Amino acid sequence: MDIQLIPNFLNGLLGAELGFVVWTLLKIVCIVAPIMGAVAYTTLAERKVIGYMQIRIGPNRVGPFGLLQPVADGIKLLLKEIIAPSAASKGLYFLAPIWVLVPALAAWAVVPFYPGFVLSDINVGLLYVMAITSMGVYGVILAGWASNSKYAFLGAMRAAAQVVSYELAMGFALVGVMMVSSSLNMTEIVNKQAGAFGLVSWNLIPLLPLFVVYFISGVAETNRAPFDVVEGESEIVAGHMVEYSGMSFALFFLAEYANMILISAMTSIMFLGGWLSPFPASWPVLGAPSFIWWVLKVAVMLFMFLWFRATFPRYRYDQLMRLGWKIFIPVTLVWIIVVAAWMQTPFSIWN
Amino acid sequence: MTLALFYIFAAVLVFGALRVITAKNPVHAVLWLILSFFTSACLWILLKAEFLAVSLVVIYVGAVMVLFLFVVMMLDINFEELRKGFWKFFPVAAVVAAIMMVEMVLVLTNRYAQIPGAELVEQAPTVQDLGRLIYIDYFLPFQLSAVLLLVGMIAAIGLTIRKRKNTKYQSPGEQIAVKAADRVRVLKMAADAPLEAPAAPAADAGEQKPQA
Repeated sequence: MDIQLIPNFLNGLLGAELGFVVWTLLKIVCIVAPIMGAVAYTTLAERKVIGYMQIRIGPNRVGPFGLLQPVADGIKLLLKEIIAPSAASKGLYFLAPIWVLVPALAAWAVVPFYPGFVLSDINVGLLYVMAITSMGVYGVILAGWASNSKYAFLGAMRAAAQVVSYELAMGFALVGVMMVSSSLNMTEIVNKQAGAFGLVSWNLIPLLPLFVVYFISGVAETNRAPFDVVEGESEIVAGHMVEYSGMSFALFFLAEYANMILISAMTSIMFLGGWLSPFPASWPVLGAPSFIWWVLKVAVMLFMFLWFRATFPRYRYDQLMRLGWKIFIPVTLVWIIVVAAWMQTPFSIWN
Repeated sequence: MTLALFYIFAAVLVFGALRVITAKNPVHAVLWLILSFFTSACLWILLKAEFLAVSLVVIYVGAVMVLFLFVVMMLDINFEELRKGFWKFFPVAAVVAAIMMVEMVLVLTNRYAQIPGAELVEQAPTVQDLGRLIYIDYFLPFQLSAVLLLVGMIAAIGLTIRKRKNTKYQSPGEQIAVKAADRVRVLKMAADAPLEAPAAPAADAGEQKPQA
């Protein structure tokens, strides 16, 4: 069935403008609902994966293999009392978790899942994602400030400094991608990575240093281990979310996992060829581009997040800042210049 | 629909801007300012200047205002105290503002100030068009302004830098170069040593080993 039939039907039923709005809302539901499901099951996957890495079995009581655990967790968090500290700035205190979650979901508006399957195929897609994700840090800062608690405030200060520093490295890594794709449109960026030999023509190989910097900065941006000094429980209890309970706490949790999935999706689109197959195009079924490749790549990157958490000890704060400013930014700058020079030579592979 | 959106964004923008100057709490004022920036970015998108709109959000909302909020939260100023003399100084301030207003009107309505603005293009300018303008057509002015910013940055750092005497710092290179043998010495102990008089030689060995 042609997908275009649905908007045509809606336009006939409701008129052009209202039909467009309803169709867009439908598409948003089709994107957000699977993401929230993926978020819920990422939490389970995390506990299972880390469990097996530590030779435990992880949650296995609720449902077969513990598969209903996220549902049970969600219901538990929904039913818990939401507590606000008496000295908190109430409005901002409850605005903060929403402000963290909304950018994590809004960024998906420009992420393509397959050619044509994207909510808004805008020209500046890459910049849009950067702009929207950079708004998320306000939620963390506000949570720290509005809680009126020292631990929360320290966590917020750390978060602000960390996110702003790593955003620069991330931005520079993206500059390299923009240069070789000569476009900011995400579908275009994936299409530029297509080639007869599959994996060989992905951005991953010529931009390997940028890929590494981007993904590690992504881990730092989401405040995940080993960069989780924001909520380092051995130092500042749980950082910015120490005063939150019930669903307001759960929103921070959802935002963290939604951001992880977003970073994985962005990495897969920009460096791993999105829906393109890693195998040569001449292979019968394996060589064809497919949404399944996209899902697999995102899953691999998500597994990396969990793997890092189970493997690395937490960075000390000064080492974290050093890594961001003194290592990642110079590395990206040097590689941008190398790529720029490479593109000017007859050996350029991006024509 | 575009017109309706314009009026909604415009109303939010005006309201947000008003709240910036009337909010009592400086943190709230900064948040209203963020709302104003974001709404003006929305207005630019309606004008199809999507690159400008997104860069406004990236630069101002994403970076500058974070640092601004950071600073404002750390301040320990009672703004109510500062506001006390408001009505006393209001007449003078009003006169100054009125004079500035008149001057600006005089300058802007002067016929020498009527410089033709940028031509409205039929198609929305793409990022490629902007890049061509910045890096080819206006290469030198753009680089000069970049140098100006660099000078400003160096000056700000130069004015505020203080060498602290009591800071402790580590050299990560040296730390990485450390071998396990530099820190720990593994002693060979005979597991089946006779029980008689084990204390004396073991203690001796223990005394002698840590030299560094």
